[in-house]
Amino acid sequence: MSSATLSNRKPETGAFFQRDLDWHPPAFTPQYKTSVLRSPQKALLSLDNTLSEITGPVFGHNIIGDLDGDLIHNFAKSGESAIGPRIIVHGHVLDERGKGVDGVLLEFWQANAGGRYRHKKEGYLAALDPNFGGCGRTITDENGYYSFRTVQPGPYPWPNRVNDWRPAHIHFSIFGHGFAQRLITQMYFEGDPMIWQCPIVDTIPGREAIEGLTAALDRQATIPMDARAYKFDIVLRGRRSTLFENRKEGN
Amino acid sequence: MVQPLDRLKESASQTAGPYVHIGLTPNFAEIGGVYEGDLGTSMVNDKTRGERITIVGSIIDGANTPLKDALAEIWQADADGRYNSPAEMRGSADPNFTGWGRCPTDMTSGEFRFETIKPGRVPFNDGRLMAPHITFWIVARGINLGLMTRMYFADEEAANAEDPVLARVEHRVRVPTLLAQKDGNGYRFDIHLQGEKETIFFDI
Repeated sequence: MSSATLSNRKPETGAFFQRDLDWHPPAFTPQYKTSVLRSPQKALLSLDNTLSEITGPVFGHNIIGDLDGDLIHNFAKSGESAIGPRIIVHGHVLDERGKGVDGVLLEFWQANAGGRYRHKKEGYLAALDPNFGGCGRTITDENGYYSFRTVQPGPYPWPNRVNDWRPAHIHFSIFGHGFAQRLITQMYFEGDPMIWQCPIVDTIPGREAIEGLTAALDRQATIPMDARAYKFDIVLRGRRSTLFENRKEGN
Repeated sequence: MVQPLDRLKESASQTAGPYVHIGLTPNFAEIGGVYEGDLGTSMVNDKTRGERITIVGSIIDGANTPLKDALAEIWQADADGRYNSPAEMRGSADPNFTGWGRCPTDMTSGEFRFETIKPGRVPFNDGRLMAPHITFWIVARGINLGLMTRMYFADEEAANAEDPVLARVEHRVRVPTLLAQKDGNGYRFDIHLQGEKETIFFDI
């Protein structure tokens, strides 16, 4: 972790916009069975942000290794590479005001091209790829842009109802500028019919919100004879200006 | 007609799933050699100011069973009540304290464990001091949107009694769900997802 200033911009200190809990999945979603015993049942305590949520940890570009954003090579033996369709994932991290968010740590993880995760609790019979670990990370640039390289993950079956399958997806963990912006989500791929059959996707109430997690095939960003590209923008909570905040201690 | 507000919608949350460790603590998941170490495992060093404390706890489901595949992150002020963050405008925080920790629950015992310091008091928005507290963020398979809560210290009775956030809890019988209990040299903080002892979670 670094306390180094990310840019010359003055840090913003306003409270974040209220989260739209009708847009996010509710806690209790019985079609996704694990949520039944893990969903709080009492009302949440709703509060405007305090300093404890307006602030948040910041990660410097110095933590990022050369191969952290290259899942094709970051676990592979020297001279070898992971098996599967080669893709670039790139996009813009914005807040709800449409402003690019700089210095955002993005951590991602995924199954290999056969739909198998490298995890001791994973038992799917698809083969492990000895050259694929499945994790990567990057930090957005001064305008909020990011990109990384990986192989397209496969769909896989999971124990929920008898015959449930996940669509191909990449998990994302995102740190904004304040701890209130902390978010984990998943990216899906344009045109995948499995998206609309998945009980986890189905926890999201609205079609528009699901489409907002579906990356577009981006032929302009495709690298000829190398990798196709998908564009995945991420939106974090916006924040108020502090100009008119009524604070005893002033701004 | 009026002018459009042109606001975007926040990306919808999705569960962290059962393999969150691959992405956030790959060394814990036995994926070695990609990152030097797992982020958030060390919050303090020899020079960190303040009282060292250990926080241990479990995240317990509605069948009274600890989650063995969850992950907790904490965020807290330093010993003087300052956050190690660019949005901290009241002065510099202790450079030897990150303020942020991350810990998966143990795959056998289900416990998380943080080695940290006791935070100082941080002002509420109207200038009154909040009692010492640590923000918790919990994700796991079956949790669709990360759960936010706060840990306060049971042995800070006077500060807790004047804390403006705790004062907002209508059902006073639920306040103890936010209090870590002294346990040997550290504190114990169990988080209950459901039931009579359900922890107060925040929409904040």
